[in-house]
Amino acid sequence: MAQENLIAATEICKYHEVEYTFIHSLEEAGLLQITVVDQAPYITDSDLQKLERMIRMHHELDINIAGIEAISHLLQRVEQMREEIRLLRNRFPV
Amino acid sequence: MAFIDYYQTLGIHKTASDKDIKNAYRKLARKYHPDLNPNDTEANKKFQQLNEANEVLSDPEKRKKYDKYGENWERGEEYEKYTQQQQQSRPQGNYGGQQGAGFEGFGGEDFSDFFQSMFGQEGGGQARGRQAKYRGQDYNAELRLSLKESAESHKQTLTVNGKNIRITIPAGVENGQTIKIAGHGGPGVNGGPAGDLYITFIVADDPRFKRNGSDLYAIAKLDLYVAVLGGEVTVDTLTGKVKIKVKPETQNGTKVKLQGKGLPVYKKEGQFGDFYITYDIQVPGNLTEREKKLFEELAKERK
Repeated sequence: MAQENLIAATEICKYHEVEYTFIHSLEEAGLLQITVVDQAPYITDSDLQKLERMIRMHHELDINIAGIEAISHLLQRVEQMREEIRLLRNRFPV
Repeated sequence: MAFIDYYQTLGIHKTASDKDIKNAYRKLARKYHPDLNPNDTEANKKFQQLNEANEVLSDPEKRKKYDKYGENWERGEEYEKYTQQQQQSRPQGNYGGQQGAGFEGFGGEDFSDFFQSMFGQEGGGQARGRQAKYRGQDYNAELRLSLKESAESHKQTLTVNGKNIRITIPAGVENGQTIKIAGHGGPGVNGGPAGDLYITFIVADDPRFKRNGSDLYAIAKLDLYVAVLGGEVTVDTLTGKVKIKVKPETQNGTKVKLQGKGLPVYKKEGQFGDFYITYDIQVPGNLTEREKKLFEELAKERK
């Protein structure tokens, strides 16, 4: 497995104009993981994708952390169901 | 090019206040936002229309211009050209977001022809940080394969953003299955990481077979006499024809399994699914007088 890139949380905060507390709250909600290197917080490449989605929800749709948490769980279930539907559709009809 | 009623898009009156517009946009955006509707092109299109309407109506200058010309926008355009000539147009940079060559991203930067003719290409540039991403855009692509092609792994070269990348399509991919090629999406912004490339395989149906995972199913027509007396039948498989022994007194609907003659199991080299054949016994038609008699005699034997 290739090593994942780490991105400094401060960079993301600066770029997206979000407070670090926002990212911290998302971590507390279990929605992403923060890795600390030399006392500076970083997030992984794959979490960045999730984080940017959550930032958009927050900025563009005015959804708070609790809402983002609920939506994230629902989206995960939608994804599972989509996969299940795909498998069922590919199965030959009875 | 058709006129677009932006007020209708947002479901508001022409007299709507800035706050009404913002609320209407937010409300609809919550419904159609691409992040909440992954892989839904319909919702995506709707969201783009919303963005465009909001882009115009939430900007006092654009709204004024739009309201002024409305459905007579074509004449308005001429007017614009005239005033632009008078004002000496200043050079304008292109702020538009990058689009992947041939790949469909989740960008909201595609404005309608109507919008562009009224406000110009630059009009839809920076939508107040919307769509702004540090990480590059993900690209989605589709690759079509026949069932036979999906049974073998092969290498394919794709051109993404002018760069050729070689990918190996593993044997046994299923219809609708998506693989991720990390880092081959759009470039990141300000040193952010690149997005990923997602390739979805569309595996065409083969009319001869039905597929379930790595197993294949086929129906083989079986001559009545072969079914009754036994013999051989030739069946099409993915890799060619095979001859199968048929036991005497084979019933209609009997299933035969050819072990390992199905498709390769995805990412498990050397493992194969099975091939199932269901017999469909064909009753002879257009019987001659003699055949009819013989059948009648056979029928008597069973009474």
